[in-house]
Amino acid sequence: MTTSKRRKPFALWLGAALLLALSVLAVVAPIIWGDSAAALSSEVRGGPSAEHLLGTDPLGRDVLDRTLVAARLTLAMAAVTTLIAVGGGIVLGATIVVAGRRVRGLGERLIDLMIAYPPIIVALSITAIFRPSVGSVVVAIGLAFVPQFARLTNTLASSVSSKDYVVVARLVGLRPTRLLFRHVIPNLAGPLLVLTSVGFASAIITLSGLSFIGLGVQEPSYDWGRLLAQALQDLGVNPIEAFGPGIAILITGLAAGLLGDGLNQFLDPRGPVRRRRRRRAATSGGADARTPHAALLAPAPDAVVSVRDLTIAASPESVGAPLVRGVSLDVRAGEILGIVGESGSGKSLTAMAIARLLAPGLHWSAETLSINGADVSDAREQTPVRLATDVGVVFQDPSSCFNPARHVGPQITEVARVHQGLSKRAANELAIERLREARVSSPEVRMRQYPHELSGGMRQRAMIAMALLTSPSLLIADEPTTALDVTVQADVLQLLHRISTTRNMAIVLISHDIKVVSTLCHRVCVMYAGRIVEELTVEDLREGRVCHPYTRALLDAAPRLEPSARQVPLIPLPGRPPQPDQPIVGCAFADRCPLVTDRCRQEDPALRALPRGGVAACHVSTGPLEDLLVTQ
Amino acid sequence: MTSIIPASAHGAPGGGAAVAPRVRGGAPWSAFLLRRLGGVAVLVAVLVLMTFLIVRLVPGDPARNLVGLTASTEQLQAVRSQLGLEDSLGQQLVNYVGNLVSGGLGDSFVTSQPVSRLLGERLPVTAELAGLALAIVIVVGFPAGMGMAAWQHKRRVRWGDSAFTTVTSLGGAMPEYVTGTVLIYLFALKFDLLPAQGGAAPSEIILPALSVAFAPMAIFARLVRNETSAVLGKEYITTAVSKRLPSWRLYLTHVLPNVVTSTLTLGGLLLVALLGGTVITENVFNVPGIGTAVVNAILQSDYPVIQGIILVLGLLAIAITFAVDIVLGLVDPRTVSAVRSQ
Repeated sequence: MTTSKRRKPFALWLGAALLLALSVLAVVAPIIWGDSAAALSSEVRGGPSAEHLLGTDPLGRDVLDRTLVAARLTLAMAAVTTLIAVGGGIVLGATIVVAGRRVRGLGERLIDLMIAYPPIIVALSITAIFRPSVGSVVVAIGLAFVPQFARLTNTLASSVSSKDYVVVARLVGLRPTRLLFRHVIPNLAGPLLVLTSVGFASAIITLSGLSFIGLGVQEPSYDWGRLLAQALQDLGVNPIEAFGPGIAILITGLAAGLLGDGLNQFLDPRGPVRRRRRRRAATSGGADARTPHAALLAPAPDAVVSVRDLTIAASPESVGAPLVRGVSLDVRAGEILGIVGESGSGKSLTAMAIARLLAPGLHWSAETLSINGADVSDAREQTPVRLATDVGVVFQDPSSCFNPARHVGPQITEVARVHQGLSKRAANELAIERLREARVSSPEVRMRQYPHELSGGMRQRAMIAMALLTSPSLLIADEPTTALDVTVQADVLQLLHRISTTRNMAIVLISHDIKVVSTLCHRVCVMYAGRIVEELTVEDLREGRVCHPYTRALLDAAPRLEPSARQVPLIPLPGRPPQPDQPIVGCAFADRCPLVTDRCRQEDPALRALPRGGVAACHVSTGPLEDLLVTQ
Repeated sequence: MTSIIPASAHGAPGGGAAVAPRVRGGAPWSAFLLRRLGGVAVLVAVLVLMTFLIVRLVPGDPARNLVGLTASTEQLQAVRSQLGLEDSLGQQLVNYVGNLVSGGLGDSFVTSQPVSRLLGERLPVTAELAGLALAIVIVVGFPAGMGMAAWQHKRRVRWGDSAFTTVTSLGGAMPEYVTGTVLIYLFALKFDLLPAQGGAAPSEIILPALSVAFAPMAIFARLVRNETSAVLGKEYITTAVSKRLPSWRLYLTHVLPNVVTSTLTLGGLLLVALLGGTVITENVFNVPGIGTAVVNAILQSDYPVIQGIILVLGLLAIAITFAVDIVLGLVDPRTVSAVRSQ
C-alpha cells in the first residue's frame, strides 16, 4: 500500500485549465466585445435570441457580451484582493513565528481574537469609511481576510519552525529574517499556494456579493456581482439574464477551489488520493502450505478458544498473499498462550480476528473459530453479543483506548449495564471491585475521572478491570505493556499472571518481545509473515530448545539477564520481513535464514510435529538449534 | 460569505494527542472562564474603538459629505456638533463610550429616529433568519455528514467518498446571492409557491433562510463527515466495538461526543460566517432586517446607524464565539484544563 504511485489529481488540472481560460478571457474580452457590450439597442429586456444569446438588459445591451467583458474587472479585483489578504496574512503570520517569544505569544492571541470578527464587519466598516467603490471594496475585503490567512500561515509556519532543521539553524545563530526566507517560507510554498487559491475563491464570491448588494462596483462600471443584481430585477421578464453572471461567478469560484483542493491532494501524500488500495498480484506461494497445522492439532473439546485455518486478506482478490495464512491454535482455561513475532507478522490481526474485531475492510475466513464451544466463524454473520461478555480485550495503548470525552466509570460499566441489565449502582459496585482487583488506587475517585487524569499504568489497569468486568473466560491482551514505562510493565505482567491463576482464565498474549512471552506464558506460537512457524512450550523456549531458525534468531537478538549469558554478544536479526504486498514464494524467512537451501526458496515448508513436542515449519532443522547461527 | 473557511486547510482541532497535565480535584473552571472573559473584554474594546473610528477616519469632512456642498455653514456646524466632531479626539471617545454605556446609540441622520428603535424593529427579523438558517444547517448537515461517514465505514463503496466530496464542494461554493436568485426564480416566479419578498412571516422567511443555509450546510456536512471518519478510526472506538453495543448506542454515546467536540470549533466559525451570509441575503430578498438597513445606511452615509449595526453584529459574533468556547469546555474537559498548561 505504501508504494502506490501518486495520481495526478484531476481537480488540479481542471482547476488550472479553467483559471487559465478565464485569465485569457479577462485579457481579450474587453478588446473583442468591448464595443458591442456598450452598444444600446431598442430591444429592451429581450429574451434570448440568435443575436443575443442571453437576451438584453433594460438599456438593450447584450447580456452575454457584458458578462464576458466584466471578466476583466471582476478577476482583476479578485486578484488584488487575494494579494492583499494572502500577502498581508503571510507577512503577519510568518513574522509572528520568527519574532521573539513574547511577541509571538501576544501576536498569536491577537490573531485568535481578530478571527472572532466576521469579515463582513470589517468589510462594511471600511466601505462605510471610504464610500462604496472598486478601490474601497478591494481593500475592505482584502483586509477583512488578513486575520484568517495570518492564522493559517502561523499554524503552518509554527509546525515548520519546530522542525529540527529550523531549530538547528536558530541555534547556529541565523537572524530571524534570514531564517524566515531561507528555511520557513520555502517549506511553506506548497501550502501557501493552496491558501492562495482558496483565498481567490473566497475573494471572488465575497466581492461579487458586495457588488451585488450595491456596496462594490458603482455605475457605470460593472462586474459580475452588479450584472447579477440587475438580472435579479429583470428575473420576471428575462430569467436567462441571471444565467451569465451567475454561472461566471460559480465557475470561477469552483475553478479556484478545485485548484486548491487539487494542489492539496498533490502536495499531501497522505491525502485521499493515495488511499486507493493497491490490488495485489495473486501468487501461488503460501497456498501449498495451508491446512497442515490444522491437521496436526487434535480436536480440543475443552479449549476455550479453538481456531483452525484462519486466513485474513486485505481484499477478496488477494487470496494468494494474505496477511494471515492458515493459523490454527487452541487455548485452554488457565492457560496463557503467547503469540510472538516482529511487527507485520500478523499476530495482532490474529488476535483481533479471534475477538471478531477486525477492521471492516479486511476479509477473513476460518474453518473453525469457536469460543466457549460457540461457533463464531461465519464472517458474514453479525458478531454474537455473547462475545462482549465472554471475551475481554486489553489493547496496546491505554492512552488512546479510553474515550477522552467520557468519564472512566461509565466506560468500564457499559457492558454490564447494556448486556447484563445491571443497574447503574450494581454495575458501579462491580466495577470498583474489579478496579481493586487490578490494583487501581482509590477506585471510587477514578470512576469519576476522565482518562487523561489517570497515569499510563493506571489507565492500563483500568483497561484490564474493564476487560474483566463480566468475568470473561478469555482475555486477549494485544501488546499490553508496550506503551508503558519499564517499571510499570512488570506490574502489569504480574497482574495478568495473577488473573490467569486466580480466575482460571484463558489468556492470549500478543507481544513482539520474546522475553515478555517467556516470563508469562505457558505455550508460545512464533509467527512470521502471516503464519505460525513454530509452536513450543515455554520450558523449551527458556532452555533454548528451539527448532526454527527464526525463533533462534529472536532469542539471540534479545538481551539476557543471567550472568552466564552476559558474555554472549547480541546478534541482530539481519534483513527485513517481506512486505505485505510482496508475493511470497517458498519459505518467507529464506532471505534472512543462515540455513537456507534451494528447496527453501521454492517450497514453503509445512508445519510438522517435532520429537520434543510442538511443531515447526522448516525444511532443514528438525531438532534444537543450539547456537547454530552464532557459528555461521 | 460562507466559504471563507477552507475546511481542508484546518487541522482537526481535537485530533491532536494533546494530553493536558493531570488535574486533581480543584476546578480549573474559574481560570478558564476568566481567560475567556478577558478575551471577550478585549474584543468588545476593539469593536467599540473600530465603530468609533469609522466616522473619524472618513477622508475629508464627514459632516460636509453628509450635508452636501451647497449647505450653509450653520447647517454644517449643526451636523458637526451632532456627530461630536468638535471636541478633542480623546474627549470624543469618552463621550462615545459614555453614550454607549447609557444605552444611547444616537439618532439616524436620515429618519431622525433613535438607532436603538431601529435595531429593536430590525434585529428580531435578522435573528429569526439567522436562527432558522442555523437550525437548517445543523438539522440537515449533521446527520447527513455523520450518516455518510457511518455508511462508508460499514460498506466502503468506492465512489461514495468522492461523490459526497463533489456534491458538498459544489454546494459549498454556491454564494447565497446565487442560491437566492435561483430560489426566487423557482419558487416565486416559476411555481409561485412562496413570495420573493422576504419578511418575518413564516412563508416570507423560508426562502431567505434556505439561501443563507445552503452553502454552510454542505460545508458543515463535509466537516462532520471528515470528523466522524477520523473518530471511527480511533482506538477507543475499537474498544467500544468490542463491547458489541447496538449501533445507535455506539454512535450516540461513543462517536457523537467526540465528533461534537471537534466539530464545535469550526462550527462556531461557520456560525459567525453565517452572520455575513445573512447580511447579503437580506438584500436579495429585501428582508427588513439589519442587513438591508446597514447597506442603506452606508449608501446614505448615515453614520449613527452604521455604527450601531456594526456594533450589534460584532457583539453577536463575540457572543457566539464565547458561547462556543464555553460549550466546548463543558463537552471536552481537556479544553478547560489546557488553560493551565498555557
